[in-house]
Amino acid sequence: MNNQRMLTVMRTDLKQLQQSKDFWVPMVLLGGLFFLVIPTILLSVINSVGNIGTIQQVSQALQLLPQSAQDAVPQAASAGTKVSYVLAVYLLAPIAVIVPLTISTAVGSSSIVGERERGTGEFLAHSPADVKEIYLGKLIASLIPGYITTIVGFGLYSLMVNLIVGPDAGGWFFPTASWWLLILWVLPPFLLIALSLVLRLSARVKSTAAAQQAAGLITFPLILIAYGQSTGALFGGAAVALSAVMGAVAWAIGIALLLSGMRSLTRARLLGVANES
Amino acid sequence: MLMSEGDPRLVVEVREVNKNFGRVPALSNLTILVPQGRITVLIGPNGAGKTTAIRVITGALVPDRGRVRTFGYDPDRFGEDVRRRCGVVSAKPALYDRLSGWDNLQYSAELYGLGRNAIGPIREAAGRFGILEALDQQVGGYSTGMKTRLALSRAVLHDPDLLLFDEPTSGLDPESSHAVLDLIREMTDEGRTVVMCTHLLIEAEGLADQIIVLDNGTDLIHGTQENLIRKYWPGDLVRLDAEDPTQLEQLVGLDGVLGMKRTEDATEVELDDMGRVPDLVAALTAAGVRLTRVDPYHPSLEDLYFAIRRERRAPDADQGLGAFPEVTR
Repeated sequence: MNNQRMLTVMRTDLKQLQQSKDFWVPMVLLGGLFFLVIPTILLSVINSVGNIGTIQQVSQALQLLPQSAQDAVPQAASAGTKVSYVLAVYLLAPIAVIVPLTISTAVGSSSIVGERERGTGEFLAHSPADVKEIYLGKLIASLIPGYITTIVGFGLYSLMVNLIVGPDAGGWFFPTASWWLLILWVLPPFLLIALSLVLRLSARVKSTAAAQQAAGLITFPLILIAYGQSTGALFGGAAVALSAVMGAVAWAIGIALLLSGMRSLTRARLLGVANES
Repeated sequence: MLMSEGDPRLVVEVREVNKNFGRVPALSNLTILVPQGRITVLIGPNGAGKTTAIRVITGALVPDRGRVRTFGYDPDRFGEDVRRRCGVVSAKPALYDRLSGWDNLQYSAELYGLGRNAIGPIREAAGRFGILEALDQQVGGYSTGMKTRLALSRAVLHDPDLLLFDEPTSGLDPESSHAVLDLIREMTDEGRTVVMCTHLLIEAEGLADQIIVLDNGTDLIHGTQENLIRKYWPGDLVRLDAEDPTQLEQLVGLDGVLGMKRTEDATEVELDDMGRVPDLVAALTAAGVRLTRVDPYHPSLEDLYFAIRRERRAPDADQGLGAFPEVTR
């Protein structure tokens, strides 16, 4: 495999994405909404209303959390700070999963079928590039926007959480070790699994619209699984170890799907030739 | 042109190739032999298999049966080596509308191994097709003619030995079409081999060194335009008309007349030699026929094409004289 050509495919796909304001503007808004707007409003409101009855009730409900999670909550803090801490560290975790999966799936689903629709699949099919290089280049180009959104969003989210909750929680506390596990170990293989399936789908369907609809069906269960994994990872204790193992399993599945996906793309599929096996 | 299997002068050998899409046959026993440095034109109606033939030549599609060799290599096994030496312009320009013209060429340059700094080749290829000034613009804003020029620039960017054009003038105005055909001719003057598909017979006229007529995925006939016309019209043709066209039936049996056929506006007469015309005119005049037209006639590619198609539909009707079902001697 020629890595240079694979990177060329990736770079060109990203450049096209960069030119597609109609695509990336809604995606940036989605990231901004989930990583910044909703958490900021939620945490600011909880912090400003103080120790009202409802907050105290929610604070008591925190006892339902696993012991390791309860231990991490600053004990001396007010009920409002405790609730904010738990929200920031545990309950908003799925954001880090939903946003990149949504963005990467949207990019990936149109990736190969889009080439066919534009007629550029013909150019790629006649080019010296190996289909594996094309597949991998497109997969990485689909993965990068989602993951970059996560990293940038995660950075902004960390800043916001530390500024709003940090002063009452005894200083900057975010990101926790569990979050690093989530971002660096649990999330990437789920992205890989989702994209391997979505690109395979994109190579088979007849239109981008069909690819996006079907991709939604594929990624929904993955989002649920990833949600469960990420929540487990964040609760700490034995759950962290389990999540680390599950992350490893997800990596193995992701890599296996990637390898079989690379074999599934053919030049005939780039051309959109009917009934090609 | 007798060329055997493995002849080094053959750039493309497609022999008895079959390709089905599901149950639909796209190519049926297709044979195409393309000599080096010539323009081979594949003509045929939509769905004749022209595009599939090009795809098989580069290895973009693998045939179900038969043998394909491009530059002597099997494109299925040595696809990268084969495709690196091919430049393809497909029926749709296949350009990235969101990218600039430059980025489109840059992408191709990198895929074809020219590297990221192929400024010289890009400028040269774009300049050749008069698109250099527009390279900074997004391709989505190009006219159809500009897109075709960019697609042609992209096809020659890596200096390929074999150029494959699939309906290269599709959607172009006559002036742009003419310019594109001139450029194609120029490229063979430089020693490149060209395979061009078209259903516009006028495009192939005078351009093709070799014509291959396709229908239903098979080659009906191939050869130079001159040879094919000689095959269908071995004699010379003259178109005659008279005040009373029925009087022209007196031509039957005259020396040198091989056949005749009444068309809408004239009677086409096939002669063994054009030198017979003065004698014929004299004989008809002497017989009281008042001639209104005497017009030497050279069959066009279109005449040839329809003759072949007619023969194909009724293979036993008029072997050797496709356009003369009413032949008499």
